[in-house]
Amino acid sequence: MPEANPAAPVVIVGAAMGGLRAAESLRRSGYTGAIRVVGEELHAPYNRPPLSKEVLATDVTHEAVAFPSRAEMGDVEWMLGVRATAVDLDAHTLTTDDGNVQEWRALVIATGLRARRLDFAPIAGRHVVRSLDDAMALRAELTPGARVVVVGSGFLGCELSATARKLGCAVTIVTPSAEPMMRPLGDLVAKEMRRRLTDEGVEIFSGVTVAAINGETSVESVELSDGRVIEADVVIESVGSHCNIEWLEGTNLDVSDGVLADNAMRAVTTDGIALDDVYVVGDIARFPNPMFDDVARRIEHWNIPTDTGKRAGAVLAAHLADDGSFADVVAKPFAPMPSFWSNQFEIKLQAYGLLGLVSDDDIRVLEGDLTEQAAVGYYRDDRLVGVLGIGMKAALLPYRKQIAEGGA
Amino acid sequence: MNQCQHYGQCVFEAPDNFKLNDDDKLEYVAEAPDSERDNIEAAVDVCPMQAIRIVE
Repeated sequence: MPEANPAAPVVIVGAAMGGLRAAESLRRSGYTGAIRVVGEELHAPYNRPPLSKEVLATDVTHEAVAFPSRAEMGDVEWMLGVRATAVDLDAHTLTTDDGNVQEWRALVIATGLRARRLDFAPIAGRHVVRSLDDAMALRAELTPGARVVVVGSGFLGCELSATARKLGCAVTIVTPSAEPMMRPLGDLVAKEMRRRLTDEGVEIFSGVTVAAINGETSVESVELSDGRVIEADVVIESVGSHCNIEWLEGTNLDVSDGVLADNAMRAVTTDGIALDDVYVVGDIARFPNPMFDDVARRIEHWNIPTDTGKRAGAVLAAHLADDGSFADVVAKPFAPMPSFWSNQFEIKLQAYGLLGLVSDDDIRVLEGDLTEQAAVGYYRDDRLVGVLGIGMKAALLPYRKQIAEGGA
Repeated sequence: MNQCQHYGQCVFEAPDNFKLNDDDKLEYVAEAPDSERDNIEAAVDVCPMQAIRIVE
């Protein structure tokens, strides 16, 4: 393999939270060379959780959700509005959709996910919420009395339903699941969440899929797989996501589910070799976390882009410094605690660990009462691997510690 | 937006400056020493509400 040009920049592909944290971490870890961040969106990195809540409910601009810019980032070059189309790991080049081919000294893969769409005609009134522009486009249509169908009942779908309901819309959730948030939370909690969402006036049609979206130029109704028809003005599709890996086609990276990385966030080839000059961060990274086991997983929680970005930046900086510190930095323990939050109406969910690892039989209420406030434990082989707070926060901290220490 | 919702993530990054009390409310040191700067910057990064600002 030819050597990379040491005068070329570190190129970070993806200008969202993970790419930002990787760039910051490179600087903080002492790398003083050139850094270029290439991103498809025109906006500088911003915080996404408000997109399903405040951005829809109030007149929020990019400035209000943008991450603060740090002094050490002053000489980082931002190439926004361009999409990576191909990469050559041997020649150390990246091709973008403006026809440009650029050299890199090291590459950080941070291209994340995009929303999956339902396969129907593209008429007005169909929405997804992944980017700030998506949320702003939806905002104008969430007027009081609007009939909104939300397809999918994950956290995003339920948060969007709550926001639309609070704005005075008539909201119906359509989901193939038996209960809302069934997969991440398990049956016990999901049933309670259905009760609470229904009490707030959200209608839930479960165990069904969308058979058709009717309307000539704009949405008029949604036809379900059981034949029912729901009149609608707006359809919000929150039916999962795709990894943005197309630009990595033709490389020997393992892209079977996101991009495989080792615990140092180095990209791993299909031959199982970790590359010292290619890193993966954020939602797209499938990496092992020794807090749980040695299975590589993608974790789509808010904290992961920051934790993996910082880790990748530190390891890459040590590699580029070539000062003998690399092996020690790689060997440093990296076991980020997965954490997430979800606000729906006055319901505040907060969780630590990997709740999705366990089966329904291994979920039990640890404290409180499910219908009011509660802490719920998620066990695998009698070890605590996740804890969920419904309206509880400080009470979760001892359980968080227990999870971090192996759950015993 | 940008207001503390008492998620307590800052507590893990800068335990000398942030504390979640038993009522689920956040307590913090408003004037922190320079020696705490790295920890507080890490706390800024992990705040889901992006509610922490460093003012020189």
